[in-house]
Amino acid sequence: MPESIPTDSVGLVTPQVYKFDEPLTLRSGKVLPGYELLVETYGELNSSKSNAILICHALSGDHHAAGYHSESDSKPGWWDSCIGPGKAIDTNLFHVVCLNNLGGCAGSTGPTSINPETNKYYGPDFPVVTVRDWVKSQLRLMDRMEIPEWAAVIGGSLGGMQVLRWAISYPERLRHAICIAAAPKLSAQNIAFNEVARHSITSDRNFHEGRYLEKDTYPKQGLMLARMVGHITYLSDNAMRAKFGKSVSDFEQSSSENFGRDLRSGKLSFGFNVDFQVESYLHYQGERFSENFDANTYLLMTKALDYFDPTVDFEGDLSKAFINSDCKFLLMSFSTDWRFPPERSREIVNDLLKAGREVSYLEVEADQGHDAFLLPIPRYVKALSSYLQRVHDEGNSDAS
Amino acid sequence: MKVIVMRPDQKIIQQWIEPDSKVLDLGCGDGSLLHYLRTTKNVHGIGLEIDGQKIQRGLEKGINVIEQNLDEGLSNFQSNSFDTVLLAQTLQALSRPDHLVDEMLRIGKKGIVTFPNFGNWKSRLYLSSRGRMPVSKFMPHSWYNTPNIHFCTVKDFDALCHEKNIKVLARTVVDLEHQGSWYMRAWPNLLGEIAIYHISKESD
Repeated sequence: MPESIPTDSVGLVTPQVYKFDEPLTLRSGKVLPGYELLVETYGELNSSKSNAILICHALSGDHHAAGYHSESDSKPGWWDSCIGPGKAIDTNLFHVVCLNNLGGCAGSTGPTSINPETNKYYGPDFPVVTVRDWVKSQLRLMDRMEIPEWAAVIGGSLGGMQVLRWAISYPERLRHAICIAAAPKLSAQNIAFNEVARHSITSDRNFHEGRYLEKDTYPKQGLMLARMVGHITYLSDNAMRAKFGKSVSDFEQSSSENFGRDLRSGKLSFGFNVDFQVESYLHYQGERFSENFDANTYLLMTKALDYFDPTVDFEGDLSKAFINSDCKFLLMSFSTDWRFPPERSREIVNDLLKAGREVSYLEVEADQGHDAFLLPIPRYVKALSSYLQRVHDEGNSDAS
Repeated sequence: MKVIVMRPDQKIIQQWIEPDSKVLDLGCGDGSLLHYLRTTKNVHGIGLEIDGQKIQRGLEKGINVIEQNLDEGLSNFQSNSFDTVLLAQTLQALSRPDHLVDEMLRIGKKGIVTFPNFGNWKSRLYLSSRGRMPVSKFMPHSWYNTPNIHFCTVKDFDALCHEKNIKVLARTVVDLEHQGSWYMRAWPNLLGEIAIYHISKESD
């Protein structure tokens, strides 16, 4: 628990449920008869309704992007470093909206919800949702909230893909698209890692074809393994060397000294136990994740990633997808991100240029790999802050 | 309305840029020119820059800026996708200035190039009297650590334009205070310290 809630925090927040009765036809052709979205907002919507920002979450994120749910929370929301009064996404200037996406497990309708047709958990029967479906549901939320257009839609990784989909499908409903550490579509290597994660879940003996909740259990080992593999892809080699290297703070020293090979108990076990700190860390991360995340949601989220390809309607040409995307773009990538490396962001930038779009792009030096997009890297946060000042200034000049 | 202070060379450049046009600024620095053009002429600009701190200052000015190394080429830009492509005080720092000038006129209908004129009498005097590469306030680096690896003179650039069938629409030389005068116009290669060229493809 924080000693007291910091002054630059949005403070205590309470999520709100938005219920939708209108059926949602999904990309797969299946229809979700009705659904609920769990939403948090920070900062006030101005009278001209021109200062709303949508935050799109990534694979394991949710609606709780900033602030605390109660005084006893040990940690704030997942992007608290960037959202708050005076922060990069300044809640003194903007009305920030973040929701748990459909198929999630943090409160919006998903596999852990009750299927009204069977009165049982949806489990594996929850339909596969795509980035396009999420954005469609976000559009309905926007209409419900009576927000005419977003000042900006912002997201990193899978969240960045939602940003791209917004710019392609509903360009008239946003002024700026801010896409961080994303890719125009997954590579074979990306899909391969996702498949390892999925296979580890589905082959867990407690998976029960996805109906584990009905049996009051869950595929803990599979989910752990999925997260451990995923976690490795979020970090860089350098980040791991620094994190697990001789507990010295000087990064270069640690990387040259022992390559991050800190031992857990000071000596090798000559057995198949956990010897190195990195092993123990992965076990801990996996275990903690498995207790807080639903396995079916993990399967859905990785499929949404795999299926994302905005070029399918445009003969494989991403630049054609952006032909009507009148919004302005900011893209950022991180030097050691090997999951969605800078070249992938440059592909998007180049297709935006080809489509004649206004775009800014930064390649930020950072040792933290893909995870960097969630961390307060000074250059990155400063750039985001300056760009959003522009978004704010332009919004005001339009309104006057 | 904010008062915008402009560098004198930018004053000369801006008069060649049409209102509402599209401008690509290669090596845009802190983005002050693009900011000026957007504010006064509603120009749609994109700047390319490699220096992180300058990129940040550009973002603070609200301009579009892309982190890109000019030496890696401009193949990501479409032909004829901009009205004007600018290259201010960067030509001499490129590994192949000639290739970049070609690219400028592929991407833009017109180009504007400014560079320090190595043919200036001060450089000539320094080299001829001391026998060493000129170092001055104007060119503050030593030969071994200078980013300026391809100095040229007004005559050299004229020759390059001639070889490449590039049309020189206008040529101005100014001193370091960016003031022009009749004697500089008379002896540009001897007296001009900064050369400013407005160029286009011959066919235009």
